[in-house]
Amino acid sequence: MELIENIKHIAPDASVEEGKIPTITVPPTHYRQVAEELRNNPNLSFDFLICMTGCDWGDSLGVISLLQSTVHEHKVFLKTYTTNRENPELPTVSDIWGTANLNEREVFDFLGIRFINHPDMRRLFLRTDWVGYPLRKDYDASESINPVRLYSDDTLDTTPTYEATPEGEISEKENILFEDDEYVVNIGPQHPATHGVLRFRVSLEGEIVKKVDVNCGYIHRGIEKLCETLTYPQTLAMTDRLDYLAAHHNRHALCLCIEDALGIEVPERVKYIRTIMDELQRLSSHLLFWSSLCMDMGALTAFFYGFRDREKVLDIMEETTGGRLIQNYNTIGGLMADIHPDSIRRIKELIKYLPPMLKEYHEVFTGNIIAQERLKHIGILTRENAISYGVTGPAGRASGWSCDVRKHTPYGVYDKVDFKEILYTEGDSFSRYMVRMDEIVESIHILEQLVDNIPAGDYAVKTPAIIKLPEGHYFRSVEASRGEFGVYIESRGDKYPYRMKFRSPCLTLVSVVDQLTKGNKIADLIAIGGTLDYVVPDLDR
Amino acid sequence: MFDFGVVTQWIDELLRSFLPGTAATLVELVLIGLCLLVGYAVIALILIYAERKVCAFFQCRIGPNRVGPYGTIQSIADMLKMLTKEIIEINHVDRFLFNLAPFMVIIASVLAFGCLPFAKGLHVIDFNVGIFFLIAVSSIGIVGILLAGWASNNKYSLIGAMRSGAQMISYELSIGLSILTLVVFSGTMQLSEIVEQQAAGWFIFRGHIPAFIAFVIYVIAGTAETNRGPFDLPEADSELTAGYHTEYSGMHFGFFYLAEYLNMFVVAGVATTLFLGGWMPLHIPGWEGFNQVMDYIPSLIWFAGKCAVVIFIIMWFKWTFPRLRIDQLLHLEWKYLLPINLCNLLLMVIVVVFKLHF
Repeated sequence: MELIENIKHIAPDASVEEGKIPTITVPPTHYRQVAEELRNNPNLSFDFLICMTGCDWGDSLGVISLLQSTVHEHKVFLKTYTTNRENPELPTVSDIWGTANLNEREVFDFLGIRFINHPDMRRLFLRTDWVGYPLRKDYDASESINPVRLYSDDTLDTTPTYEATPEGEISEKENILFEDDEYVVNIGPQHPATHGVLRFRVSLEGEIVKKVDVNCGYIHRGIEKLCETLTYPQTLAMTDRLDYLAAHHNRHALCLCIEDALGIEVPERVKYIRTIMDELQRLSSHLLFWSSLCMDMGALTAFFYGFRDREKVLDIMEETTGGRLIQNYNTIGGLMADIHPDSIRRIKELIKYLPPMLKEYHEVFTGNIIAQERLKHIGILTRENAISYGVTGPAGRASGWSCDVRKHTPYGVYDKVDFKEILYTEGDSFSRYMVRMDEIVESIHILEQLVDNIPAGDYAVKTPAIIKLPEGHYFRSVEASRGEFGVYIESRGDKYPYRMKFRSPCLTLVSVVDQLTKGNKIADLIAIGGTLDYVVPDLDR
Repeated sequence: MFDFGVVTQWIDELLRSFLPGTAATLVELVLIGLCLLVGYAVIALILIYAERKVCAFFQCRIGPNRVGPYGTIQSIADMLKMLTKEIIEINHVDRFLFNLAPFMVIIASVLAFGCLPFAKGLHVIDFNVGIFFLIAVSSIGIVGILLAGWASNNKYSLIGAMRSGAQMISYELSIGLSILTLVVFSGTMQLSEIVEQQAAGWFIFRGHIPAFIAFVIYVIAGTAETNRGPFDLPEADSELTAGYHTEYSGMHFGFFYLAEYLNMFVVAGVATTLFLGGWMPLHIPGWEGFNQVMDYIPSLIWFAGKCAVVIFIIMWFKWTFPRLRIDQLLHLEWKYLLPINLCNLLLMVIVVVFKLHF
């Protein structure tokens, strides 16, 4: 393969393991050099870091990143490790891919790997006084070490950073986040416009935002850690609880990943129903987006219109799955139950019902001069930054980045239906808003094509009673409501995953809030947050 | 048309028949004060109920419907709850100013409320600079809001207070200028006389284009003045949680709440008095029969009905539009409303000087 030839050329001492997606393993001394080459070499140009996973491989700690090139559409795993478990240190790549910044903090938080030259080596999710690193295999979870602490965590205005001299000596320095005389306001964790328990520390100059520091972890439930103690069918239940507005998508991704690893081919009928459910879920999520954005911007009536119509979508899903938010519908090898006989009729009614409502939405909100003034030319995300920070989904497409997983690596029956990938080029709040509004139309269009053509057949295939994935690592992603949702599984052949990582689209959305809001007003921070549409349980996991 | 002056005259004579002059005046003052406060509270309750129903219907909901028929007792129940709630003492606040602020706000709105001519002969303060007095007292409310934000020692409150300071001082100009336009037209500042002049036709009809422009500007600025959507930036709940009254609880919060609704009523009342003929019935010159029928409707109902229309328009704004941003809000005032207003004033002067009005 040409790709592997190229990689071998740039990194002679790297070991390359071939597979569906090749894996390059490099020692930490050459890690940065290889990373830079992968990013900058025009034949490779891996400009999009999809997913960075920290892992404890027993004898070593390390990081495995999945890279993709938006130009050549090829993918590669880049892996590095350190055997020093006392003071594990790896070079940072946060200056090469913007999204690595928060991801490396996450790795530091869970595995204790310090990234040299990373500007901000704070814990991302856990408290600053947390003892130990939970995702290490020798972690002691006993309650006497980390009791429930009844005092609040300190908020620090400085952050440690580790720098290396050319001789290889590591020195700790302090980066100042906020000066003493800055006017720092907390937006969150209890705030009506953060859509969950997310906390922004915002430095203000009058009404103008100077800097935003994201503090997450208020709803961190340790789902990735939990998954390591669950069998594969049990892990499914966790996915619905990540981004609860994309419950189907998340579970779909995990099912795909496991089915891929096992080599299970699901029946056509399952693929159709899964796609229909995914699109219904997208409808419900985008309708909620519209409602909550309107509410954040003070148009309270619009909020109820959106909820009224979302109710209709939820009713359809409830009929088949029994759930409205947490549906637990997809399983490994198929579905929990067949689609309800009434659903077809109700979906058809929905297809007729929604377009006039959308017209009303546009009349009430989109066309309103106040709404337009507040959204247009505000919070512009360039295409380069969208790729570098891995901002996928509607927010990425609003910047002109064609990143729809449904188009690029089709799953379900997306290769059989005709739909447009909505692209805008402005990258401002208004185009993020319009992408979602247009996607509602596309979702209706997809449903129209599928609803009458569901083939007959089984709704699930028989799977072994105990599911064991073959040794190796697997990655699958789907287009969730907010961007690319990916599942990375590392298996050692047990019935439990050795490491399971969820690539959350919302973490990347939050990582660009600072650069989008700088220099804008407080009200813009709320509107930008609304159009990015992050869901906090997804980013906290 | 029934003149409430007959009733007040009768009470006055009754009191004076067995009391010395000073004592009678004193008793009358207390009585009027009581009536005003009761009226104030009742109108606030009606408005709160109306707002909840109106907003519910806008939002495809039913609104309060459990307490009393159609939920009419709901706001009374809410008031009782508010009255019995604890006023939470907050550390690190400027206790004196913090407690003073809600009273400043409520006093300002009661004073302005007292100036309105509710019906024929039902008018508490009526003197030759009535409008001037009304503008003056209604502005005191800003001080209360600024104090509330400052004394709360809370960053959200402070931002809210700063916003409302900037907003209310700016929009005060528009209110003042649009009222001035009408003063130019009527040639008097006495509210009763302004109403009397509209017996032949309401100012909004008689005043030609400038009166209509002034009315539109007045309603916009009045909405901004009362901190209601789309100008509710000082308390923008999705940005500043509750703005200047974040830290208030119990009846202290209740005062802000009451004042907000009553200010809306005052704005509507002034709009009614200046533009829509106050308590004057609708008269169309030449239609004698029609005018007679209109005269049978009591003046109080005329006033309340016109206020209700204006209030409904203000509520309509709130439940339709998204909120403005602070810079857009100030742009609207200083770049659009103020220059338009000044030109409009000039236009009105021309209209009056050349007698172009009806």
